[in-house]
Formats: sequence, structure tokens, C-alpha cells
Amino acid sequence: MTDLSKETSIFEKKVSRRGVLKAAGIGGVGAVLGASGLGGVLALSDATVTKGQSNDIVPFYGANQAGITTSPQDNLYIVSLEVTTDSKQDLIQLFKEWTEASALMTSGNTVGDTSTNGNLPPKDTGEAVGLSPSNLTITFGVGPSLFVKDGKDRFGLRSKQPAELVDLPKFPLDALKKEWTGGDLCIQACADDLQVAFHAVRNLVRMARGKAVIHWAQTGFQRTKNADAQKVTPRNLLGFKDGTVNPDVTSKSALQKSVWVQKGDGPDWLVGGSYMVVRRIQMYIEVWDRSTLNDQEATFGRHRDSGAPLGKQNEFDSADFEAVDETGRLVIPETAHMRVARGDGKHSILRRSYSYTDGMDTKTGSLDAGLVFICFQRRPSTQFIPMQQRLAKNDKLNEYIVHRGSALFACLPGVQKGGYIGETLFD
Amino acid sequence: MKKAKTAVAVLLSTSLLFGCSQKNEEATTKKEETKEVAKDALDGVTAEYREYAINEIEEFVIATEEFTNAVIEGDVEKAKELYAPARMHYERAEPIAEVFGDLDPKIDAREGDVPEDEWTGYHRIEYGLWEKNTTKGYEEYAEQLMKDVHLLRAKVETVEVTPDLLVTGAVDLLNEVSTSKVTGEEDRYSHTDLYDFVANVQGAEEIFNLLKDEVKAKDADLAATIEAQFAQVHSLLDQQKEGDGYKLYTDLTEAEVKKFSQAVDALAEPLSQIGIVTEAS
Repeated sequence: MTDLSKETSIFEKKVSRRGVLKAAGIGGVGAVLGASGLGGVLALSDATVTKGQSNDIVPFYGANQAGITTSPQDNLYIVSLEVTTDSKQDLIQLFKEWTEASALMTSGNTVGDTSTNGNLPPKDTGEAVGLSPSNLTITFGVGPSLFVKDGKDRFGLRSKQPAELVDLPKFPLDALKKEWTGGDLCIQACADDLQVAFHAVRNLVRMARGKAVIHWAQTGFQRTKNADAQKVTPRNLLGFKDGTVNPDVTSKSALQKSVWVQKGDGPDWLVGGSYMVVRRIQMYIEVWDRSTLNDQEATFGRHRDSGAPLGKQNEFDSADFEAVDETGRLVIPETAHMRVARGDGKHSILRRSYSYTDGMDTKTGSLDAGLVFICFQRRPSTQFIPMQQRLAKNDKLNEYIVHRGSALFACLPGVQKGGYIGETLFD
Repeated sequence: MKKAKTAVAVLLSTSLLFGCSQKNEEATTKKEETKEVAKDALDGVTAEYREYAINEIEEFVIATEEFTNAVIEGDVEKAKELYAPARMHYERAEPIAEVFGDLDPKIDAREGDVPEDEWTGYHRIEYGLWEKNTTKGYEEYAEQLMKDVHLLRAKVETVEVTPDLLVTGAVDLLNEVSTSKVTGEEDRYSHTDLYDFVANVQGAEEIFNLLKDEVKAKDADLAATIEAQFAQVHSLLDQQKEGDGYKLYTDLTEAEVKKFSQAVDALAEPLSQIGIVTEAS
């Protein structure tokens, strides 16, 4: 085999995805400069012109993986994979290739050199050529079934499985479908451009052929930054603001308390990682549409327009859970989503959800749409699990939603240049 | 039938070289200059493949003769029995057989691939046998099919086998599996898709085996990966064996179909790298 690493390092330095176009003289600046002889030379020899313009790069390397506390991008593409190889060495090799490719793609580069052999398929699939990095983040996680499946210690990792990394319990009202549940590995790609996110996942899945296959895949969206320059809290498809209560991602202590796995929590290999819960929640859109505004607001416990807690004026006003109206009834009902989700208010999760739409439910003719609920936390057993137990029992929102998919992954710690994602687990 | 032509083969002559001996053809092939750097090493390989493909087409002629005779004689059961095994010869040699854009649809078009009044060949007769349980009214199609297959046999002599044809042909065969056999759309009345599936895989494996030494010399890991993935696909196919043949597509579970599809992807991805044999060492 050719020395891939050497070639890529040269490639990484020299040619960004936009640079490729410029070198070819068909990109914006390159085409203009190309008119003069000197400009043409510059455009060819110095692709770094584009580097200065790229303020939409989220660093891939670091103590923690990106895509967790990163300010949510416009689009999500998340896939769960089933590992098909029996070889731990294959798995390690795959994570090494994934790490290298992810570092390239998140910085706006293609995944391989531009091969000159017309008898080989191109190394990069090409659909992101000319596109900006788009704040792409790629986040990797491992599921419980990577450690033990059907009682089998697949890769000699059984002793490393954290007590927290086990299948989520069955919650009341769960209507999970097998094809939307679980998985050995997870790749979450988020970007401000869906094509960039798709390109990332597609190329990573391609590298996995023969070693892992897709188990489920889901795209998600939010209002784009273009549509909402103020970056207010996004609304879910039921029209309500979603994600008002989240830990402060700029506070190191808040993140240590609620998001990042700390030393002593479990096996050391996961320190700096985080548990990700994914729930595919279908919304009964048509049913919701015919419920009254009062009913809708009572369901969430918030005013629809402002996002303020019922009885308050502004979104971030603190809720008064004791307040009663003139008839003596609670202003924020006992079953309101925000009240039930909050519980005693001691345990928060970092929510990072996206809406989804998958066309039509062919069985009913209804819109198939809802929420790809994603949250990150340090300890599912005291965070998501008790919260969901309360919600499944008491949440008024249950009349309008149904949980169809579910998965838990341990998102691996971050990695420094030269290392690979998963090294603490596999080495 | 192939949906879109990727004209990789070169026709040496538009006139048909009836009765022209194989040796003469090889000599002609060798005179042609190609740009591939590794051409010398691959020369023997392309000649060997040519022999393999022509041999399969010859078998195809014989099998088609038996099949069409059964149709003409009105023997529905015998025709049904001969249908799937006969097609396997065609499917093995498809990189060569389907070079002829006019003949391939006549022999192998499925319903809807061509206008209804132009629909002939194997699948037209398949429709009569399984959907109508009859040969009546299909005798003409049988006669036409036989003519077309004879014509194919004559025309294959004119195909020059190039390294490109081998490299793309191997993956193309698996792409055929991915897009029509795995989906059960190839033999939609007889549901004998697995026969075509097996034949396509065998055809691809033949090409790989011919190139194996070259691939190994360039990248031993790649050769080993491809071999392991071929073995995986074979073991899945073996599980569906029934007597001398294979289970019907409709007897496969959804999970089995998915497994097949993913195993073919896992094989075709590394197989798509065999083009390295055309690189200078």
C-alpha cells in the first residue's frame, strides 16, 4: 500500500475542499485571479487563501469530543452501526481510519489524495467539494452490545464495560421498533449544511464496509442560522420552544457536574466522555393540530409564543410551581411537561435534539415527523432514566407523542493529534 | 439486463467474424496497443478471461436450445426446470454478453425495461411460464430468443477484452446483484433470483482469480480481504441451497435479504480497488 499518512499530511496542509476548485481555476477567487498570469500562479501555489476565510471550523482534536457542548448546528445526521467483524484489530484499524478522516473532513478537506488512476473509484465521494467546513462535528460513541452481545464477550472488553452502559430499562408507553433501537457504535455528524453532514457519514460508513453495517440512520433539522440570526431557543414541531433549560456549556463546573464522566465514576477509559441517549419520538402531528391553545400550553406548562413558564412574561423567567389561579388550581398543571421533566430540579441533562421528518407514515397516511431527542449526561441512572420514568408515567405530552426508537451510547473521550478515538478503550 | 451502458469493451470490427478461430482472435487482440502500463503482465489474463466468457456463452447457447425446445414442445414443467440454470451462463459472462446494447435487452429485458411490444427474451417467457402457467403463444418468443442467442455467440468473437473491462466488469457483476437480484426484481415471476445472484458472484470471482497474483503483488492485504469477503458471500449462499439449486427469493426472510445485500457491499468495496493492477509497479 502507498504511504497514506504521508500523502494525507501533505494534502491536509495544501488543499482545502475549496482549494481544489481554486486550483482548478473554477472557484470564485481562482477564476477571477486566473485572468492574469500572476494571479493564476498564486491561485495554484497558495491554496491557503481560503484558510483565513474559514471561521466555520470546529476543532476536532481536544480533551472532549466536539458535537456535545458545541453550539447546535443546523443539521444532524446520526447513524447507529452494527459491528460485523470479529477481529478487535479490525475495529482498532477502523477507529484509526475514522479519526484521520474525521480530522480532515471537519477542517474542510477531502478524505484522501486525488488519485490519478482512472481504474479506481475516487477516495473521497466528492459531494462536499467546494463546500465550507460548515462547523462540521463528528462524534463517536460505543453501545452496550459492543462489549457483550448474546452473552458473548465479543472483543475481550467485558471487564471494561461501565455499569452505566447497559440497555435502557423499558419505560411505560414505550412502543420501540427493533429497527430503531440500539446499536454497537454511533456516529453523530452535525453541520450547518446537510450535504456536508451526509458526506461525512457516508465516507465513514464506506470505510467500515466489511467491518460494520448501518443499523439505523436518521437526519434531523432545526431552524437554520440564516432563518434566525438572533439564535433564540429553537421550536420543536409542536410549535414550542425546546431546550430552554440546559446546563451552561460555558461553565466548566456545570459540565463536570452534569455532562462529562469524571474520574471515579467508572472505568478510567471513559473519563472525559459522556453518555448519549437517543430517542426517536414520533409526534401525532394531526392530533396536536386540533387541540386548543389552552390545552397545548397546559401540556408544556409554557406560553407558546414567548416560551415563558405559564403565569410569567419571559422565556427565562423562573417558573412558579406553587402558583394557583383564582379557582385554586395549579397554574402549571401537575402533568405539564416542564414540571414533570424537572422533577426536584437537582439533575439536569444537556439536551441537543433535532426535529425529523421522514415523509409519510404509509400505514396511516399521516405525516411521519417528530423529534430526534438527544441528550448528554455524566450518569444516565440519575439523570435521563429517572426523568423519563416520571415523564412516561405523568407527562400530558404522552397523548401526542410515542417513543419509537431508543439507544444509549458512551461517547468516547476526545483525542489529541497522533492518537485515535477509542484508544483509551482499546489499548 | 443492464440499465445503463458503460461502454468499456472495444469492438474490433463491426462485421461479424463467423467461424473465426479463437487463436486468430487472440493474435488480433495482441496487436492492439493499449495505454496500460502493466499491460504485458495482464495480456495472458485478458486472453484467459476471453476464453472463459466465450465458453460460458457456448454453454448458454446449448442450455438455451434445450430451454426453447421445451417451450416450443409445450412442456411447461421442463421449461420451468431449465429456465434458471440456463440463465446462469449468461449471468456469469455478463461483462462480455451485455456489451452488445442491442442484444442484451432482447435476451434479458424485464417487463417495463422496454416498450411492451418490444419485450422479448427470457423474462417474457418466464412471465408465460409462471404467471400464466403456459407455453402457448410463447413459441415465437422462444424461436426469437434462440436466434438472438446465436447472434450473441457470433458477436462475442469481436469483443476485445481489455484490463479495464476486467476491472470494471468484476464490480459491475456485483452491482447487478445489489440493484436487481438482492431486491428480487430480476426473476420477478419465477423468484429464481438466487441462481442469477450465484452466477454473478462466480463471474466476478473468476475475474478476481485471474488477477489475484497481480493484486497480491501490489497489495497482499487487499487480496486477502477480497478472498475473505468472497468466502463470506459463498457461505451465505450455501445456506440457501436446496437440492441442486437454491431457495426461491420469496422464501428468504427480510433479515436474510439484508444480510446478503450487506455482504455484497462488503465484498464489492474492496473489489473496487483491484484497478491497482493497472498501475506501474
